Amino acid sequence: MIVAEKKPIEEIIEQVEDCEKLLILGCNECVTVCEAGGKKEVGVLASALRMYFLNQGKEVRIDEVTLERQCDHEYLEEIREVADQYDAIVSLACGVGVQFVAEKYHSQRVYPGVNTCFLGATEQRGLWTERCQACGTCILAYTAGICPISRCAKRLLNGPCGGSSNGKCEINPELDCAWQLIIDRLKALGRLEDYEKLLEIKDWSTDRAGGPRKVIREDVQI
Amino acid sequence: MTDTARSRLQRILSEGHLAVTSECGPPRGSDPEAIKTKAEIIKDYVDAVNITDNQTSVTRLCSLASCIHLKLMGIEPVLQMVTRDRNRIAIQSDILGAASFDIPNILCLSGDHQSFGDSAQGQNVHDLDSMQLIQTVRLMRDEGKFLGGAEVKRPPNMFVGAAANPFADPFEIRVPRLAKKIAAGAEFIQTQCIYNLDKFEAWMKGVCDRGLDEKVHILAGVTPFKSAGMAKFMKNRVPGMDVPDEVVKRMADTPKEKQAEEGINICVESIERLKSVKGVHGFHIMAIEWEQKVPEIVERAGLSPRPKID
Repeated sequence: MIVAEKKPIEEIIEQVEDCEKLLILGCNECVTVCEAGGKKEVGVLASALRMYFLNQGKEVRIDEVTLERQCDHEYLEEIREVADQYDAIVSLACGVGVQFVAEKYHSQRVYPGVNTCFLGATEQRGLWTERCQACGTCILAYTAGICPISRCAKRLLNGPCGGSSNGKCEINPELDCAWQLIIDRLKALGRLEDYEKLLEIKDWSTDRAGGPRKVIREDVQI
Repeated sequence: MTDTARSRLQRILSEGHLAVTSECGPPRGSDPEAIKTKAEIIKDYVDAVNITDNQTSVTRLCSLASCIHLKLMGIEPVLQMVTRDRNRIAIQSDILGAASFDIPNILCLSGDHQSFGDSAQGQNVHDLDSMQLIQTVRLMRDEGKFLGGAEVKRPPNMFVGAAANPFADPFEIRVPRLAKKIAAGAEFIQTQCIYNLDKFEAWMKGVCDRGLDEKVHILAGVTPFKSAGMAKFMKNRVPGMDVPDEVVKRMADTPKEKQAEEGINICVESIERLKSVKGVHGFHIMAIEWEQKVPEIVERAGLSPRPKID
């Protein structure tokens, strides 16, 4: 899933200070799972903003709506009738949702309420870690199911570097060395000899480097 | 190993001499005298001088320009190149730039992570990794081709090296990792600083058992301690460094005013022992900001005078 973090409220206030009617728009997908932008967080942010404006002696109407998804036309249509009643919309969706709201409601002010961090997993409640950088050409078949692009600080395709120490990365003693994990799993698979296969120079054109990407599936288009 | 480069380092190694290299770090400014003065001190005691490439991710005068200064002084440089700061366009371009000055050696590295340096907020590139950089130089040299497939006019003629850290984890892949670098095309290896000689010898045994010592020239890396504090710092703070307790103790037990001398003693003793290790074909003396001690180390270790090669 896409993992996000709440923005500091001061940053949000800076954008919406002049508003009198605000919509806080949550998303029921990834940001709900990572507890950054679901219904609960919409409520928390709305309360905090109400409190702030109250203290400022300013009357501001703050409404709360959480959509099933913000990255989908169908669900975004649900606010069609009300969107233009607000001075601004604070979207707590990931960067995709924020942009989709902005695209759909072209003349409406839309601000992000979260920082979108990475594609990751919930390791435990309150701990999310990165697993994928969406490079567009998956190499997990060659790296024992562990991605060095997202999990090695130098994205080395032929690691580990000389900074791997006691299974940890040189940049942070809390961070697992991805190549240690790969080697451990190759061992568990009885395929340590695969370590010596050189991973070839990667074609990064399917990555960010190739420009904004598109997936087109004519077979499923209506 | 091909013998096509004009590299003196390569000829010394292929003639069976023990090679000696050292390294100089460029200054944090544009005055070339800083690097020229260091190189002048060591030039008669080494076969080639590595120039580091923004080591520890601290921005410095570039390795390539520093190598050119050395080359113009008649000193043979080893161009260190990291994959951290350049994509494949810049890498190939810099290789050609170096080749245009006939810089005959290159050391292919991934580079320290930028979080250690003065630009922690910057991007890192790592379009290639160190093994793929080795492959790139070999492709350009041996096949006269760019990565994109086009022909290189006047291909670079470089002796291609890589680093090896026998002490990093996991230890069990340290020999396979060397094999991988050799398969990628490395012709010489400069190792991480060796303080744990037992562990290094265990690694070298693994290297020789696989016959890798026949395929690559290994230069054992040594760094003299200036002080007990430096020994402790290297032990505790430098990732991938293995400094045994007894070495730290030996430095700490030495009176402060004698510690520098003791550091040199340890270094010279290490070289003496490493000379008899099968597969060690030379030494890489990294006297960090202590270049003036390189002549003494080389002389005391019986590695002077350097062989004359036409």
